[in-house]
Amino acid sequence: MNGFEVSDLWGLLGCFVSLSLMSVGGAIATVPEMHRYLVAQTHWLSESQFSASIALAQAAPGPNVLFVAVLGWNVGLASTPLGAPTAWALSSAAMAVSMVGIILPSTTLTYFAARWGHQNRERAPVRAFKQSMAPVVVALLISTGWLLTSSHGNVQEAPLLWLLTLASALLVWKTRIHLLWLLAVGAALGALGLI
Amino acid sequence: MSLPIAPPVAATPSHPDLRPRPASLIALFWAINMMALQGFGGVLAVVQRELVEKKQWLTLEEFVEDWAVAQIMPGPNVVNLALMVGDRYFGWRGALAALAGMLLLPLLVVMVLTIALSGVGHLAQVQGALRGMGAVSAGLIAGTGLRLVPALRSNVMGLLVCTALVGITFISIAWLRVPLGWVLLGLGLPAFFWALRQIHQIQSRQGEGA
Repeated sequence: MNGFEVSDLWGLLGCFVSLSLMSVGGAIATVPEMHRYLVAQTHWLSESQFSASIALAQAAPGPNVLFVAVLGWNVGLASTPLGAPTAWALSSAAMAVSMVGIILPSTTLTYFAARWGHQNRERAPVRAFKQSMAPVVVALLISTGWLLTSSHGNVQEAPLLWLLTLASALLVWKTRIHLLWLLAVGAALGALGLI
Repeated sequence: MSLPIAPPVAATPSHPDLRPRPASLIALFWAINMMALQGFGGVLAVVQRELVEKKQWLTLEEFVEDWAVAQIMPGPNVVNLALMVGDRYFGWRGALAALAGMLLLPLLVVMVLTIALSGVGHLAQVQGALRGMGAVSAGLIAGTGLRLVPALRSNVMGLLVCTALVGITFISIAWLRVPLGWVLLGLGLPAFFWALRQIHQIQSRQGEGA
């Protein structure tokens, strides 16, 4: 594994900046590109470090995009063995650079586009855009749930996992049960090795 | 145990001026922050419940429209949505407060977890727990999508076209694995022109009536 040095922060920033404007559907959509750069090309992260970083951030509270912070942090730790304070400083810098890189371009664009859209919300094309996209994005959400569970195997391979996804979808849809209960049940079933 | 059934959300006044709103930048920051911290494996389910049903800052229809913009623009969807909502109330300062609320404390929590779990991440129990939570959060996202369906009833494209769009989009993305860009072009573009036509017809009818 190659060491990560201070001068590599620019490369890291460039990687996430270039992916930011491509992340339609969320930062998670650009995971294959991140993998190509961080694992295959620079070897800053190993295969298992990469997937563990994403899994951890998915389970933690907050927007999914925080997996980028965890990736950045772990890239910093891949630096050639330094004293702990230096390694932590470099990891913090790598984390900050990664988050700023992935967030800043897309939020700036969204900010101005949404402003323009809101100021012109009575115009027919703006209304038509929002109305026509509504059913598409509703379907995208349902599809995302489907795809996330598919990544663990199909219905025959992981029937209980699919049942758990289905049950939580129905409970969210039809009841007001607190979401944290559902997640706690999922974590407990998983930790006990039942699913 | 009987589960409480979600009430209809039609109670929210339709005019934005009559609706509850965040009292200050600090209140906005904390409200968004609390939503972010409750959202494990994705914040959308919490944000939809809080904004539409508890705080009633948005109607379900407005939420779906804002969500459409937030999801079609590049970047993390809930971050985009928070930014838009914050901007609506307090301009760029509101957008920044919402952004900070969405990211700052959750970032701290994730980093603490990363450091704390760095020694135990390989354990079967931890991996199993992450797997179980992943399955539940997949359900949360899909369930939130189903919750938004009633907003399509008032869509100008009509219920039949909307249902067809939902069905074809789902099959294309989830089963056929068509890239998102092609789906947006192939389905979104015709849908856009259909919606535009419907809006023009409604406007000309209203023009005749007046």
